[in-house]
Amino acid sequence: MTQFIELFINGISLGFVYALLALGFVIIFKSTRVINFAHGSVVLFGAYLIASTQDNLGFLPAVLVGVAGSAVLAALLYLVILRRVRGRAADTVTIATIGIDILLATELARRIGQRVLNIGDPWRDDIVRFGDFGVPAARVAAAVVAVVLLGAFMAAFKFSRWGVAMRAAAEDGETAALMGIRLPRVALGAWCIAGALAAVGGVFLTTFPTPGVDRAAGLAALSAFPAAILGGLDSVVGAVVGALIIGVAVSLSGGYQDEISFLGRGLGQVTPYVVMVLVLLVRPSGLFGTRELTRV
Amino acid sequence: MSERLASLPRNPRWLGWVAVWVVALLAPFFLESFWLQTGLFAMSAAIGAIGLTILTGTAGLLSLAHAFFVAVGAYGYCFFAGQESVGVSSVSGLGLPPLIALVLAVALSGLCGALYSPLSGRLSGIYLGIASIGLVFIGQHILFNASGVTGGFNGRDAEPFSLLGFSFTATDPALSIAGVPFEDLERLWYLGLALVALAYYYGRHLTDGRPGRALEAVRDSEVAAAVMGVDVTRYKAAAFTVSSMYAGLSGVLLALVFNRIVPESFGLALSVEFLAMIVIGGLGSIRGAVLGGIFVSMLPKLMDKYSDSLPFLAQPGAGSGVEPGQAARFAFGAAIVAVLLFAPGGIGAIGRRIRPARSEAPTPDDPSSPTPEAPARSVSFPSKERSA
Repeated sequence: MTQFIELFINGISLGFVYALLALGFVIIFKSTRVINFAHGSVVLFGAYLIASTQDNLGFLPAVLVGVAGSAVLAALLYLVILRRVRGRAADTVTIATIGIDILLATELARRIGQRVLNIGDPWRDDIVRFGDFGVPAARVAAAVVAVVLLGAFMAAFKFSRWGVAMRAAAEDGETAALMGIRLPRVALGAWCIAGALAAVGGVFLTTFPTPGVDRAAGLAALSAFPAAILGGLDSVVGAVVGALIIGVAVSLSGGYQDEISFLGRGLGQVTPYVVMVLVLLVRPSGLFGTRELTRV
Repeated sequence: MSERLASLPRNPRWLGWVAVWVVALLAPFFLESFWLQTGLFAMSAAIGAIGLTILTGTAGLLSLAHAFFVAVGAYGYCFFAGQESVGVSSVSGLGLPPLIALVLAVALSGLCGALYSPLSGRLSGIYLGIASIGLVFIGQHILFNASGVTGGFNGRDAEPFSLLGFSFTATDPALSIAGVPFEDLERLWYLGLALVALAYYYGRHLTDGRPGRALEAVRDSEVAAAVMGVDVTRYKAAAFTVSSMYAGLSGVLLALVFNRIVPESFGLALSVEFLAMIVIGGLGSIRGAVLGGIFVSMLPKLMDKYSDSLPFLAQPGAGSGVEPGQAARFAFGAAIVAVLLFAPGGIGAIGRRIRPARSEAPTPDDPSSPTPEAPARSVSFPSKERSA
């Protein structure tokens, strides 16, 4: 039982990391109807930027640089490429992001090479103990930061002018535009926020217990895909719930892998996808997604 | 006959086809084994790309699961044709004749595609695309772990192909035509050509005919298609089945050329490469898929071979500079973006755009003249409106 609760708590903290990334997918999808396959590379870019500047700047300033850098990168992707393919079918644009991802991931993999970079976080491999249960300090920090960021985002989404504009744009773009909402600007803001969240997610994806920033970190970020999908692609709450489910599932299947060894080694990496497929079989639009109705 | 001859000058395309076939048929006589192997990989890629372009281009169903179905074909062939072997890496096999194994492997891939349809039929557009990623990861997990059939991490050998007692190996029987020794690659070359031709003509007939029109209708609007009498669910399932069978055939050929298959080869990267092929070739275009398949599969190998003479490339493992494999990835990543930005119809459509300009300028109000801007075929999904 102790092991179960410990794994569960670890899973929740991992889930919050995924939530930061899944929220990025959802924000971009809501505002531009695009699935951003380049998100993993943006995460890796942020982490790489932090890891390579933290020696000179220290950890916190480096994180700020990484967050700003990722936000700018995401904004550039939108401005330079995705805005031009606007008006085409959403799936064409999605395929374009796959092309962008290939470019970014190749360049980052080339720069990182075989190295594993240290992100220079202050938590190192400390363990925080809650009674009998131990959780890595970095994961506790991740959960706290994620809760603060998610709360701030949801409040802004609900109450700020930008949030209202974005919700209006997502609900009915044409009407929103007629009401004087500048859709390109809303979309640009969404991409920036997603990029910034990606960098923060990148920090916690590469702290303890993971070894550090290596070329595969972008692939690990892909695990946030199932989280966004199973929550429902256009639901902010869904992204968080989906991410927590995925986090717990990954943690449990990793911790109990000896008991479920008949399912094969390395199950932890496939768990998100198995959970996603099972949920989609029952609910094709995810747990909280808007069901698409066809009007003739 | 005379009519046919008279139409020849007006139809230079016909001559082009003859030229392509003559070159392809004579290739083993003057190409060295590197080129034959690269060509065979390109053939395998072309077959798989035709399947994906039918699914994603014609039927409008975005799939990143293609690598999974290719793997099913490759491992299926190895299992059906392979012999039972015990020892360090014991794998089971049925030891069937290779031709039957090929047919069964393709059928097995089709079956997997059909089994996927309860999911694929229910999911719309983008959900389907991402759910299909799941299939790749789950599939690779099975390949790594079901070592009794797949050989696990180390993979398993592929049984050489043989047809009516004629073996597609180097020596059995030793064969030499016009002074050129016909070994395994030369023999496989003709098998590959036959399979590509079959895949191409079947694909053309499928997309040009009634099923193709039905699938295009489903792509453009499911409701409209259903009103026209198209059984949407059935056609979607059929598109997945056919596309998976193409992928399976591509996998069989891949296994035959590789001689040995490992799970590593069938990851998400392979699916993305297939997607790159059909986007670069132009979505929905069978010929484009073949061209895209050749381009994307040959590029890394060519860069590798000529890394000495290309000044901007570093030696593999040099640590700095752009390595050939990376340069190839840059090239096709950029190609995807460039094609989508500037030439949405793909390589094939560029040719179509140039051609009318070369002949006499078409008048805009003449309906029979080819339009200079060929309508781009893009994946488009029924514009579903959400209602409260």
